[in-house]
Parts: sequence; structure tokens; C-alpha cells
Amino acid sequence: MKISREDVTKVAALAHLGLSPSEVDLYREQLDAILTYIDKLKELDLTNVEPMAQVLHGGVASGAKEGHPELREDVLRPCDMAGHVLAGAAEAQTPFFRVPRVIATGEAEGE
Amino acid sequence: MSAPSSWTVASIRAALQAKKISARELATEFLNRIERRNPELNAFLTLSSERAYAQADRIDAAIAKGDALPALAGVPIAIKDVISTSGLRTTCASKILENYVPPYDATAVARLDKAGAVFLGKTNCDEFAMGGSNENSAYGPVHNPVALDRVPGGSSGGSAAAVAAGLAVAALGTDTGGSIRQPASFCGIAGLMPTYGRVSRYGLVAFASSLDKIGPFATNTADAGAVLSVIAGHDGNDSTSAAVPVPDYAGESQAPVQGLRLGVPEDYFGAGLDSEVKERVQAGIAVLERLGCRRVALQMPHTDYAIAAYYILATAEASSNLARYDGVRYGLRVPGGTLTEMYRNTREGGFGPEVKRRIMLGTYVLSSGYYDAYYLRAQRVRSLIARDFTDAFQKVDAIVTPTAPTPAFRLGEKASDPLQMYLADIYTVTGSLAGVPGISIPCGKTKAGLPIGMQMFAPHFGEASLLRIARAFESAGGFAI
Repeated sequence: MKISREDVTKVAALAHLGLSPSEVDLYREQLDAILTYIDKLKELDLTNVEPMAQVLHGGVASGAKEGHPELREDVLRPCDMAGHVLAGAAEAQTPFFRVPRVIATGEAEGE
Repeated sequence: MSAPSSWTVASIRAALQAKKISARELATEFLNRIERRNPELNAFLTLSSERAYAQADRIDAAIAKGDALPALAGVPIAIKDVISTSGLRTTCASKILENYVPPYDATAVARLDKAGAVFLGKTNCDEFAMGGSNENSAYGPVHNPVALDRVPGGSSGGSAAAVAAGLAVAALGTDTGGSIRQPASFCGIAGLMPTYGRVSRYGLVAFASSLDKIGPFATNTADAGAVLSVIAGHDGNDSTSAAVPVPDYAGESQAPVQGLRLGVPEDYFGAGLDSEVKERVQAGIAVLERLGCRRVALQMPHTDYAIAAYYILATAEASSNLARYDGVRYGLRVPGGTLTEMYRNTREGGFGPEVKRRIMLGTYVLSSGYYDAYYLRAQRVRSLIARDFTDAFQKVDAIVTPTAPTPAFRLGEKASDPLQMYLADIYTVTGSLAGVPGISIPCGKTKAGLPIGMQMFAPHFGEASLLRIARAFESAGGFAI
């Protein structure tokens, strides 16, 4: 067995997913099958193989910094959409998003 | 008026210029077709008639004034619902974004708008583009227009079904591990995954940032190239967008294919490949040989490890990207006594089973003690897979394979076994990991009439080669062999 119920519960807490007991059982079984399959990567000899995180290409675009197409000049641009953004929130009080109390009176939130 | 399904970018342009039809009439015809056909297909989640008519009227005004028409003037287009559209609901087929209205257009969308396209609406897909059958949508599955009891493929199933059913001339999809190519194959149309960085991801709701690409669906090669020409190119709003000039796809795809070397990797024709698919793709390769291409046998030895590497990397990136859905700034909020309870209730109530499964897997492989064993190992395997492609392109100009191991399967057939569903991505995830462009084009049908797709890969930024070979194949009748 690659993954236990306790592992699943721990991972769900890390991911802020509140799973029901039946979901914990289902995901334990399914993740176990997937992780068992994934173990085939252990067959490969990866000595001296560099990890690849990203496919990045060179080249210079207009307005980009020489040799760094991912960088541009840091210029202020108008972004007048605070009203639109707050309108999409479940609870807002301009210019803030409202959330349940984070710090209880006199003590840190028990968690 | 000719049948809408036969409209192409070129025929629309000619008809508009000859004043045989107005852009508004064309938009009306397509919106009517959607109204008639969508109840059985479920391809569209939201229609954008208001914007469509405004865009169409702009084109009609330009025609009245005798102005030059932009590249996609009046072309009715559908947009996958993971791509942001200003003022138009963008749900990602998830309950968590049921009422989300983006304040801006994705760069690809803004470029289509500027090129005169008419936006019909937003298409259904697997939730957050996670899936290969479109059955993971919170708004119900899409039905394959070729056979309504079958899946259209996924995750861009709505876009593929819309184009295949003649409800849009072209559509935008997204491809992370095969989500454009596989539904194109299942629905019998063309679908192109561009090189990573060729099309800006700005405004694309992120699933796996190192793998996500936006690309076109169309019924023919020329239209796919026309849409790609518009959406491709560097964008300062996406730091991974490539500063590489965009070629003249229409011009370059006219070049002859004689003498091109086509790699046929035997690793893609082994166990698990449906015999009818194998036979049709081999027949497709024979068509290309008759056109003067040279067939070269290849080995791509790490193909068999691609699924395992892909599902580690894609879910790891997804678990990070989807952390933003917490009920605070946008989307669903399910109340809770504390902030943490609110997060948990919101995510438990808002995400569907496949999204939760991938967040769980991604969180697990990134968690303390497992990072090296899973994530880092998968990144090293990604290097080996990318090397398979680099080595292959020393010997060949393009690689030809089946797109998917089977034709479209029945709704519900694989829904209960996620691993089996993942394994069906075997031929598409390799190119995704390497970041090379790929196309799926129709290559005949099974005896039961289900479409079969042939996939081709080219080196980075080799989209013009793919379109060139696809065009030659199409002209030779290859789509219907």
C-alpha cells in the first residue's frame, strides 16, 4: 500500500479540502493505484539527468530587455478595475475583501 | 445562403465582400443553429449574442464604408470556458466559478476581437481543463455530434463538438496533455497545439503553467492556420511568451511536401492501440508517402514513462495554481466559523471529484519527504522525453503517430477508473512535456463511422511545417480515406 487513510487526511488538510469519510476511502484507493503506476519511473537511471522545469525560448521582443524576453520596462499602466474586482467577491467592503475573523479577541485563532 | 457547416474563413470573407450576406445575418444564423442543436450537445455553457452582434455590426459598418477587412472579419468563433472574456461569465466548467465575470479579455481573445471575429459564446469542457472525456464538467457532459452516446473527448470537448457540428467556424481550445488534439480526433476535425510560448497564456485560467497552451480547432487546415496567425506572437503580459517572429502560415503551408522526412516511432504503435486506428493511421502515412514524403523508422524510448511523469508534474502545478480558489476574492464562498473552515467548505463544495483528486495527488507529490521521489524525478524524466524529441528531429522533419489509442468511447465507459482515463493520454502527453507543437487531423473513420485522428509533431515553432503537411494531406483527400 502506497498511501494510508492518515496520509490522505493529512494531504487534504494541506490542500484545504474538507473530505467526507467516504471520499477519504475513495481517494485513498484511487491515489494508491495511481502512485503504484507512477513507480515505473524508478526503472530509469537518472544519474546526471538535469531536471526540466520549463520550456523557455530565447529571442528579443520589441520593448523587452536585451537577452531577456521575459523582462520588460517597469512602467506604470492604468489598472482602473478595483470596482469590477470587488464586485466579483462574495463579501466586500470597498476597498477590502471581507473574511471571517482571523484573530480571535485576545488570542490567536484555534486551529 | 450556403449551409453554415460549409462556411470557412475564406468563403465568409468572399461572401461579405460580395455583399451576399452581412456579418449580422451570419451571426444570427450561427446563434440560431446553436439554439436548435445545443440542447442535445451541451457544447455551449454561455452565449454572447450581445457581443457577437456588436462585433458583426462593426464589420458590416466597415464593409459599408469600403474599409479593408481584418483577417477574421465576421468569422463566428467559440471560446473554451477556461479563457477569460471581458464581461462574459467564465466558469471553467466549475461550480466554484459559476458566477465569475472576468474584468478583461485574454490576449488571444483580444487579438481575435481586433481581427474582426464574432464571439458566439463559451464552450463546455472538463472542469479546469482536467479530463479526457468532458464528463468532468459541473454542467453536464458534452455529447459527440458524430455519435450522441459517445464522448467528444476532452478537455476541450465543447469547442470540438461545436466546430464538428457546424455551430462555429472555428474555436479556441486549450491543450495541457492532449486537450485539443484528442477531442479533435474524436470529433473528426483539425486541432492544433502550438509550441509552448507561441500563444500568450495571459487570461487563460491556469491549470499547469509549464504545459498549458491555447490553440485553434477548425474543420480544415487553412482555417486553423488563419486563427493561429492571429493569436500567435509575443505578449508582454506573459513572461513565458516567446519573442519569436510569427511566420506567414498561409503562405508557408502552400510549399510542397516532397522530400520531407516523416518519423514513425514504433513505440506509438504497440500494445493498447485499437486495430482500426492503427490501420487508418498507417494508411494515412501511406498517403503522405505517395505525396513524396519519406518514411523513417524511429525509436522514442521514453514514451512509456510519459504518463507517469506528466501526471506528477501537471497535478503538482495544478495543486499550486488552484490554491487561489478560497472564497475570498472571487467565485463561490461557503461560510465557515473560521477562515480555515471557510476555505475548506468552499473548496469541498466548489470543486468536482477529478479536480479534488488532482489537487490531492499534486499536494502529495510536493509534500515534505516526497518531493525528490516524485516531483524532482518526474522533472528529470521530462528531460529524457524532451531529448527523445530533440534526437528525433535530428533525423526527421516531423513525427507521425495516432492521436489517441481508440476512437471516441461511450459516455460513462471510463468514468469510474481515473487511471484508465489517464493512460489514454499516452500519445499526446509526450509532446506536451517537450513543448513541441502538435496537430491532430482527420484520417478516415472506423467501420462504425467514428472519426480517427492522425497526430503530427514538429520541432519548436514548426507549426508551419505541420500546416504544410496537413494541407497536402487534406488536398490529397486524406481526411476522408
